[in-house]
Amino acid sequence: MSGHESPGGHDHGHPHGHGHGEDPTHRHPPQPDLEDTPLARHQLMQMAVTSLLIEKGVFSAGEMRAQIEHMDTLGPARGAELVARAWVDDGFRERLVADSKSAAAELGMDLGPIPILVMENTPETHHLVVCTLCSCYPRFLLGLPPDWYKSRSYRSRAVREPRAVLAEFGTEIAPDTDLRVHDSTADMRYLVLPMRPAGTDGMSEAELAKLVTRDTLIGVTMPRAG
Amino acid sequence: MSEPVPQFAPGDRVRVLRRFPPGHVRTPWYCRGKPGEVERICGRYRNPEQLAYGNRDAEHQVLYRVRFASRVLWPDYEGNERDRVEIEIYEHWLAPEPGDTK
Repeated sequence: MSGHESPGGHDHGHPHGHGHGEDPTHRHPPQPDLEDTPLARHQLMQMAVTSLLIEKGVFSAGEMRAQIEHMDTLGPARGAELVARAWVDDGFRERLVADSKSAAAELGMDLGPIPILVMENTPETHHLVVCTLCSCYPRFLLGLPPDWYKSRSYRSRAVREPRAVLAEFGTEIAPDTDLRVHDSTADMRYLVLPMRPAGTDGMSEAELAKLVTRDTLIGVTMPRAG
Repeated sequence: MSEPVPQFAPGDRVRVLRRFPPGHVRTPWYCRGKPGEVERICGRYRNPEQLAYGNRDAEHQVLYRVRFASRVLWPDYEGNERDRVEIEIYEHWLAPEPGDTK
């Protein structure tokens, strides 16, 4: 086989001229299917518990599918709505930081039973959220956590070398800015309230909300005016 | 149900117990044995070490947020000396830190 050692990639037996040469037996390794990794014990338990719950009529397969679909469609819209309001209303911002549940209720939003602590970024202090033990995350406000948030490298390095991690996200924190890393280990969840970016003076609340992305609410980056 | 009374107040110096029990615990290894300062009292929650094994009547524990200097957690930490990590820790993992003047 000549010259081409790509380990991943696509599986195809037909020659179409990207440097495979003439060897008709040449094959790329196939991409593994989802089921190709061995079934772990907890996956098996999850499948068993799921079928039991459906069999016992606790919920139906359709209800479970609908709930998964709903969870998959959640995004950071609610978190962005809270931040945009805080940017245009100082009183709301103070109430949001002091007691997010009652502040969110002003917007008709029920944050549920788990306390959400809102950490306000300032020119002096930058906040970053991690769950070193698993992947605790304010799903109601942000949707499902991204894969990197659940990765072992983010979970271990965000506390150990947060400035290096932030730099890898393209976020430079000034050396004299204090960093607060919040390890979401138990019964609280965290939302970073980023600073309103410069150049947004004339923007409406709805326009401001569009600047507030998921990652700005975790603290790995900051909103920009455009 | 008798509610546990918090043994620590915000600003108190505390030290995380250096224990390594088996099973489900929610105290990260990297802060065990380390000194910090109570940032706030979060409230009372059922002990996750019992909840994890199906005990729905798990005892209530006071939960705190404890603030640690990153340089105390890791002497070779690279960054601002005022950088902090704040961690939620249940009361049965905390001891008063000698030198606390309260």
